Amino acid sequence: MEAKLRVRRFDPESGDGVRYQSYVLEVPDYATVLDVLLQIREELDDSLALRCSCCSAICGSCAMRINGQARLACKTKAKAVAADSEEILVEPVGNMPVIKDLVADMDPFWQKARAVEPWLQPEGTPPEREYLVAHEIMRPLADIAACIMCGACVSDCSVLETELGLGKPPDQTFLGPAALAKAYRYVGDPRDAADASRLSALSRLEGIWDCTRCNICVEVCPKGVAPMDQILALRRKAIEQGYDEYLGARHTLEFEKTVRESSWL
Amino acid sequence: MVLSHDVLVIGAGLAGMRAALEASRKGVDVAVLSKVHPVRSHSTQAQGGINASLGEDDSWEKHGFDTVKGSDYLGDQDAIEIFVKDAPERVVELEHMGTVFSRRDDGRIAQRPFGGAAFPRTCYVADITGQVLLHVLYEQLLQAGVRVYEEWFATSLIIEDGACRGALAMEIRSGQLQAFGAKVVIMATGGLGRVYEPSTNSLISTGDGQALAYRAGAALMDMEFVQFHPTTLRNGILVTEGARGEGGYLLNSKGNRFMEKYAPKMMELASRDVVSRAEQTEIDEGRGVDGFILLDLRHLGREKILERLPQIHELALDIAGVDAIDEPIPIRPGMHYAMGGIKTDVNGASVLPGLYAAGECACITVHGANRLGGNSLLETVVFGRRTGAAAAEHAGGVAPANVSEAVVSRDQDKIKAIFERADSGDSVARIRTEMGQTMNKYVGMFRTEQDLETAVAKLAELKERYKRVGVQDRSRVFNTSLLFHLELGNTLDLAEAIALAALHRKESRGAQFRRDFPQRDDEEWLKHILVRCTPEGPSLDYSPVTITRWQPERRVY
Repeated sequence: MEAKLRVRRFDPESGDGVRYQSYVLEVPDYATVLDVLLQIREELDDSLALRCSCCSAICGSCAMRINGQARLACKTKAKAVAADSEEILVEPVGNMPVIKDLVADMDPFWQKARAVEPWLQPEGTPPEREYLVAHEIMRPLADIAACIMCGACVSDCSVLETELGLGKPPDQTFLGPAALAKAYRYVGDPRDAADASRLSALSRLEGIWDCTRCNICVEVCPKGVAPMDQILALRRKAIEQGYDEYLGARHTLEFEKTVRESSWL
Repeated sequence: MVLSHDVLVIGAGLAGMRAALEASRKGVDVAVLSKVHPVRSHSTQAQGGINASLGEDDSWEKHGFDTVKGSDYLGDQDAIEIFVKDAPERVVELEHMGTVFSRRDDGRIAQRPFGGAAFPRTCYVADITGQVLLHVLYEQLLQAGVRVYEEWFATSLIIEDGACRGALAMEIRSGQLQAFGAKVVIMATGGLGRVYEPSTNSLISTGDGQALAYRAGAALMDMEFVQFHPTTLRNGILVTEGARGEGGYLLNSKGNRFMEKYAPKMMELASRDVVSRAEQTEIDEGRGVDGFILLDLRHLGREKILERLPQIHELALDIAGVDAIDEPIPIRPGMHYAMGGIKTDVNGASVLPGLYAAGECACITVHGANRLGGNSLLETVVFGRRTGAAAAEHAGGVAPANVSEAVVSRDQDKIKAIFERADSGDSVARIRTEMGQTMNKYVGMFRTEQDLETAVAKLAELKERYKRVGVQDRSRVFNTSLLFHLELGNTLDLAEAIALAALHRKESRGAQFRRDFPQRDDEEWLKHILVRCTPEGPSLDYSPVTITRWQPERRVY
């Protein structure tokens, strides 16, 4: 097939600012957008910068916006997205500064992941052998641990888009779907004993109550992690365990009370 | 300014991070440097699992025997004993760190059958074991507060008075070269899969650590042993051995489970070298399906496929356009793993003082001529930990590195020369593709003297062309063309070492099959081949195999 791409270019050394460059090339029908970008690099323009590694949707390097939506380039068939528009539009992930072309600065992303203390905090010394945990409990946690930290959810998160659009400093914005899904992976883990400190920290500003439940993170996640569902699970846990003094929690409880008492919203 | 650390780990996959964690626990100043963010490392592609004799009927002796037999008796048995004895403790430790291993009904870690193993010994997280382990270890590193230089590319080692005293590296984001002084450097850069085309390996698996160590004076060992995995998709993407471990069949065009001819006892779960050769023989003799073999999972049923092999289900859909629930998956053997690497002792020390290595880039050797599935993840944690501890101890007895900042000019000049090269009409991509195809065609599963000589001659031509090829992109910031150029230099040196060692070994053992010498020859060849870099070119030498309790026997599956 003939692939037509329009790629957002930015070279900080050129002083040119952002520009869009079109490429037309013949590619196999089965080519992914990443295949096409690599072919552009090899045949047309070796200055096009991007990150990629595994080509099998597990390393998380190649998240980018394709036709306006965050996707993994290696998991997106060019043919499937070519039908949507005259040219396939390829841009870096959103809600993050751009270093060059399709390479985003993910430092703020990693800092937020770090902020949820993503490591097991058990109580006491561990058993001699493994912790005994039922498969039915471990299985859903493995589905969340399947998050590859590609940043697609953060790229398209509408809360972050609004906050950054209003000029909020990046380190004071919403923790975001990836970091919060990671947080639930530990809160939901029966081996972890730090629920109290985790839930109280996550209930504060920029935490679980800042999500507007727009569902975009669920739609764009290439691994089926459903970050918003994990945020909602954190909210339930927070209220259950008594972290209900925060605005979001109080709002939710009042809502429930009103509906229960009056059957009206 | 020179940045200094006691221990500098190059590479942030499982082996590098486990080594760094251990060194950090020993109280030394350790830093990790990696050309990608740690969770992007190739360890993430390990699917099927990690071996440990946790089962009631299993034992380290049985795991040891399976590993020795899998290695076709070339693995060093002192190292293998350490390896399999330590396995249960290391796997339990990963569980305590938070790994969400799949479970048995009684809540213990579940184990699945794997190739070449007499017991279900492979612990797993569905079919994303490597990814989950990699993230867990990264998070441990965060907790420990270990400094990570993310997206830094190591360009060479600093050698002073015959010892490794640090490394030069380029910060990819700025293009700046930087000198790192270290009392000990640990290489943990992973595999060299991109020497071949296609390969199951990530695009980043370019053997950088092996090449840097080789040029700096370390010895490479067992380089001729390159594993072809029996089940890879059209574009080289891996389908886990777990698919056969869970009960998948391999079928030829006649619908027969042909493995009964090649390995009547173990069938699809014979060792990888045996299964891959059987598949290729079927294809070559006209019983393939458009150049592929069929991996049939249908009888496992929807529920088991989606629960145990969800990633495989999705990859087969995405890449082969096949729903494994309803149709068999077309697969073929594909280059997967390098048994060889930087020769080390059981504590990770290379022959070069101050340089250690762990993981796929190292050769201890526990895999010998053929690695068993599930043993590579285990190697990363067993020997990552040992190497980290040994490096920390070594660092305690060494004076701080006194590296001069002037050393950066060496690699600065090299990069400047690449930028200044006129267009030779050639390209890095072309040389890389020709190298990969040459290796696949002439240094693949079946080898002959003539083919190997063809490869050696072709590689010499490619190395000459490489000296003249430049890059179009001369920018500093995130110049991936320059990286590809430097990586190609690394893969070319390793390709040459592989082809020469394969040519030299006149026997068939494990992954090396010589059509002109089809038998194993213990009398002549029960020994390792070493390759060293000299000003006159690669020089070959031997090292004995350590045998403790398992005497070589005929290998039948």
